[in-house]
Amino acid sequence: MPTSSEHAIEIRGLAKRYLLGERTVLYGSFRDAFAGATSAVLHRARKGRPRKRETFWALDHVTLDVECGQVLGIVGRNGAGKTTLLKILSRITDPTAGEVRIWGRVGSLLEVGTGFHGDLTGRENIFLNGAILGMRRQEIERKFDEMVAFAEVERFIDTPVKRYSSGMYLRLAFAVAAHLEPEILIVDEVLAVGDAAFQRKCLGKMGEVSSEGRTVLLVSHNMSAITSLATTCIWLDRGRLRMSGPPDEVVAAYLTEGHASAEPGHADLRDPALREGVPKPTFKQVLYESVRLVNADDETSGVFFEGEPMRIMLGFRSEIPISRLEVLLKFMSLDGVLIFTLTSGQMDVALDRGAFELPVEIPRLPLRRGLYKIEMYVLSGSVPQDYLLAAVEFEIAGQRGFVEDARHVRDYLGVVSVDHEWGEPRQVGEAVEQTVAR
Amino acid sequence: MLELWRFRELLSFLAWRDLKIRYKQTLLGVVWAVLQPILYMVVFTLFFGKLANLYDEGKPYALLALAGSVIWLFFANSVNLASASLVGNASMITKVYFPRLLAAIAPVVAGLVDLALSFGVLLIVMAAYGLYPGFPRLLFLVPFLLLALGTAVGVGAWLAALNVKYRDIRYVVPFLLQLWLFASPVVYSSQLVDQPWRTVYALNPMAGVVEGFRWATLGGVHPSVGRVALSTLGGAFVLLGGLLYFRRMERTFADIV
Repeated sequence: MPTSSEHAIEIRGLAKRYLLGERTVLYGSFRDAFAGATSAVLHRARKGRPRKRETFWALDHVTLDVECGQVLGIVGRNGAGKTTLLKILSRITDPTAGEVRIWGRVGSLLEVGTGFHGDLTGRENIFLNGAILGMRRQEIERKFDEMVAFAEVERFIDTPVKRYSSGMYLRLAFAVAAHLEPEILIVDEVLAVGDAAFQRKCLGKMGEVSSEGRTVLLVSHNMSAITSLATTCIWLDRGRLRMSGPPDEVVAAYLTEGHASAEPGHADLRDPALREGVPKPTFKQVLYESVRLVNADDETSGVFFEGEPMRIMLGFRSEIPISRLEVLLKFMSLDGVLIFTLTSGQMDVALDRGAFELPVEIPRLPLRRGLYKIEMYVLSGSVPQDYLLAAVEFEIAGQRGFVEDARHVRDYLGVVSVDHEWGEPRQVGEAVEQTVAR
Repeated sequence: MLELWRFRELLSFLAWRDLKIRYKQTLLGVVWAVLQPILYMVVFTLFFGKLANLYDEGKPYALLALAGSVIWLFFANSVNLASASLVGNASMITKVYFPRLLAAIAPVVAGLVDLALSFGVLLIVMAAYGLYPGFPRLLFLVPFLLLALGTAVGVGAWLAALNVKYRDIRYVVPFLLQLWLFASPVVYSSQLVDQPWRTVYALNPMAGVVEGFRWATLGGVHPSVGRVALSTLGGAFVLLGGLLYFRRMERTFADIV
């Protein structure tokens, strides 16, 4: 203990492997199990060797130490293993290989409102949620008033939470988690939800927690949250530790290089790990398979110019026939600010099982220079089917033929360019005599 | 096991949540807990009561059927709810750590409340027939109740873990319980089963539970020590097997639920 007292967490060669087949067929049935067993036997008889399943390393032998009192920011693309790492640290899932040693009680907050039940009142949910997160009854009673005040739901505390507004629901859920007092606090993407005021409040509360000397692990796509809160930062890339160091440096490196790692303007979306950490449950009968960004010259590209057209080709695969389809595309800056959303509305379609494509045309892309990502959402009827947080990223290089200073664009010009026209200046009223004495 | 104790508060919260939610926005509320055994009693009495000598214990058939139904329904409802517990709490299981077994035990604990209510009904009906439970004999309820509890937890844990992996378990459960009902002395007396099958029959933990429960409340012929021991053995086997299987599968729940 004395040698390791500076370390809150020691991670040695930590790895997690998923079988891709098993993850895509979410769960089996007896019949499938029998069918699988027989076909495996047949296969073995023919080839002499069992079939090899496709595997995928969500975490690929990561070694890392976290010191006590540190706020560790974790950045990385979707599917890089961030959520898997947090899940292993909070004992939700077991690693395939490697070792984790943790000193102190862990409180993890992978989603706000875990275990909330709509039919229970705010008061009842506070107790239930607190118990689920590992608080003692006395502890909850002691902090009850504080939590209610933080959530600003005093008047509704005995109302079932299903009648709460989504803001109230979220505030209450976060309030319980924020008053958890573990030595190690693990937080995943809580800031992605809620309005700006709520986000500020959460950030403040987390800063408070770390100033009390407790260790915080924070995953976020919100880069300003990472740079302002974290004392050190790591960048995970396809399950590996790509870089660690001061948050400014890691975030800068991630932002400039992280987006360029895949084929620009095209993303293969079949990897189930991309769906990890999505805040809404989805049915997964209709899945995105690919997305392709096409420019004015009909080329797939990751770089576009301000005001030029963009065509988005969405590829899907469906296990069911679809009669009503609804697609949402959210355009966001890479640091997590929602800029605009394209919604198809409920489209009447007649699609059979299998693959299908859907193009979307933006005649004039109104974005200024910067890095952007698209969040994609699809529903059949009103059933949420698939949701991808950062399905594809692209860059706007500014106006064609102009070289602009990125900082100038960001600080002075903003992110959208709006179609507009300036009229001729025109005199109003009578001309004023210049010779009027003062 | 030590961990289960540390999380005992969560167990009571989960059980209380199950109860609360079950009876919120329902028309009859807790009346359901009382209605179920009474309906069983009526149906059994109408259809089986007239059959020759299903019981040979010198007591009204209705009363025997009611006593059997009360304890059977506790078991059946517990198993039914426990088997669905992991899938039903999937969002919790993938988002937060707690001993997963608690999710499967909570509905069984919640079932005890329903059992207390329906036991009250049993006492009232007994009084109507002019029958009162004998005091020292009533204490034997405790071991039989524990046996029912253990069996329910064992079977519940087993089915809950299987249900995570194979979703068709959900369709198997009602069928299994139906068969089990007729393999237990609820609508008939175990005296009807002839040797040597009677010994094999006693291995069914619910055979011991139903017989023992009935005897402890109503009196009459008490089940032989040997048969109760066999039932206990069966129950211990089911409980241990269920817990071991659950433990083995537990590590994968979050990945496949």
